[in-house]
Amino acid sequence: MYDGEYSDKVIDHFTNPRNVGEIENPSGVGTVGNAKCGDIMRIFLDIDDDGIIRDCKFKTFGCGAAVASSSMATEMVKGKSVQEAMEITNKAVMEALDGLPVVKIHCSLLAEEAIHAALWDYCQKTGTKIDGLKAPKADIND
Amino acid sequence: MQQVYLDNAATSRMRKEAFDAMLPYFMDEYANPSSIHAMSREPRAAVKKARAQIAGCLNADPSEIFFTSGGTESDNWALVSGAEMREKKGRHIIVSAIEHHAILETARYLERRGFEVTRVGVDGDGIVKLDELEKAIRPDTTLVSVMAANNEIGTIQPIEEISKILKGKDILFHTDAVQAFGHIPLDVKALGVDMLSASGHKFGGPKGVGFLYVRKGVKLVPFMHGGEQEEGRRAGTTNVPGIVGMGVAAEIACSGLEASMARTAELRDHLIERVLSEIPYSRLNGHRTSRLPSNADFSFEFIEGESMLMSLGTKGVCVSTGSACASGSLDPSHVLLGIGLPHEIAHGSIRMSIPEDATMEQIDYAADCLKQTVETMRSLSPLYDDFVKSRKVRGCTTENTATR
Repeated sequence: MYDGEYSDKVIDHFTNPRNVGEIENPSGVGTVGNAKCGDIMRIFLDIDDDGIIRDCKFKTFGCGAAVASSSMATEMVKGKSVQEAMEITNKAVMEALDGLPVVKIHCSLLAEEAIHAALWDYCQKTGTKIDGLKAPKADIND
Repeated sequence: MQQVYLDNAATSRMRKEAFDAMLPYFMDEYANPSSIHAMSREPRAAVKKARAQIAGCLNADPSEIFFTSGGTESDNWALVSGAEMREKKGRHIIVSAIEHHAILETARYLERRGFEVTRVGVDGDGIVKLDELEKAIRPDTTLVSVMAANNEIGTIQPIEEISKILKGKDILFHTDAVQAFGHIPLDVKALGVDMLSASGHKFGGPKGVGFLYVRKGVKLVPFMHGGEQEEGRRAGTTNVPGIVGMGVAAEIACSGLEASMARTAELRDHLIERVLSEIPYSRLNGHRTSRLPSNADFSFEFIEGESMLMSLGTKGVCVSTGSACASGSLDPSHVLLGIGLPHEIAHGSIRMSIPEDATMEQIDYAADCLKQTVETMRSLSPLYDDFVKSRKVRGCTTENTATR
């Protein structure tokens, strides 16, 4: 068994990641990170007419913490309104995972950014406005 | 669940004979060999025996072996003392770009102290570029350090050829043989080195002990200052149990070397063959033949090493990775970048280093697990998705085209 500094929750979400996959014709999709740094996250959102996130899927290239963070983040946004999803912080993702090693904090940040990027895409497509949402950084093809 | 240990380059299990040989020196023959009373006689004899055992493995004289706390101390000693002692001649040293951190960080320390360091590059297989090394030599060059075999990719360096280049140039030649000693034959006279570092726990000895071979006639001031142990060249109370254990481990490792090399290489080659033929988009890192018999280092495209390591861990397979994500830095291993791998490929690297007592069943189990792990991690990977989609667009469908 892997015996690093990871919590049982991280190990659980890494070993049995929730919501892996893609959504066809998603309401929003966001990809963040870059391969050079060793992690890329892609999050797909299915959002209904009331602005509620009905489904969320992810694909991630990265370390155990990156996979676990994406898995947890997708769990957290499901059923939430887009505004509520926007307000999910990396800190909240980390807390839900019972913490991450210091060198892995950026993985939770990436999860937050991936949600934001997917929400941004949704806003672009539908003309919706979410308070506090900014355009994602475009470094995916670095 | 079965446990398969394939991280032997990180550390090895102690040999039972070495462990047993150490025991009397903790509680019975515990006297200090530097004392002069009667009780010091037996531990002193034991250290002498170990020195001869180590020397025997290297075709060296026992007086040329100096015990240290391990490979890192030996490397620090060779570089720092070697460079500082010859400061009057010059302040330039040369190392390879893929040395262990014990060398690279020590070289960096010397740089901060005003020395100049040239890091010579390697080719795609990890072999030091000899022409580049030759060109790097200057009148003020005092020391060259090139490892005997690389810890990550297993490439064995042409140490004898480097000796030839340095011959007659009044340059100290050190080799870090931490991964090589006890794993491949080493003859200091044939190699032509002035200094050679090794570490006990890499070949079935205990941790916390190593040695530096210093050729007779080479002056090397102490790095550890204090008492007059080790002929006044390495201070500190003699680690008798450690030295005894290392001596026994060395003797056993070196006496059965040909057989163990053949056995381990067979396991390694089987592993390499299976991985490259069964896992698409995989590659072997390091030289195919000039390679430690125990080392198999692979890169798998579209996935990341730490997550592979974790996934293998859940199956009981213990390996290591050159990915940045395992080290806490942003860059993957300097060795993998040194052989020219792009960052994203280097991130997806796994090192499997095979203990001598591994079985073919274990290797097959590990290969099966690796295959599953790569498939699982690719099923999670957006890079793999993108690749598959782009390939469909291009109209190719061949699944099994491993890149070698």
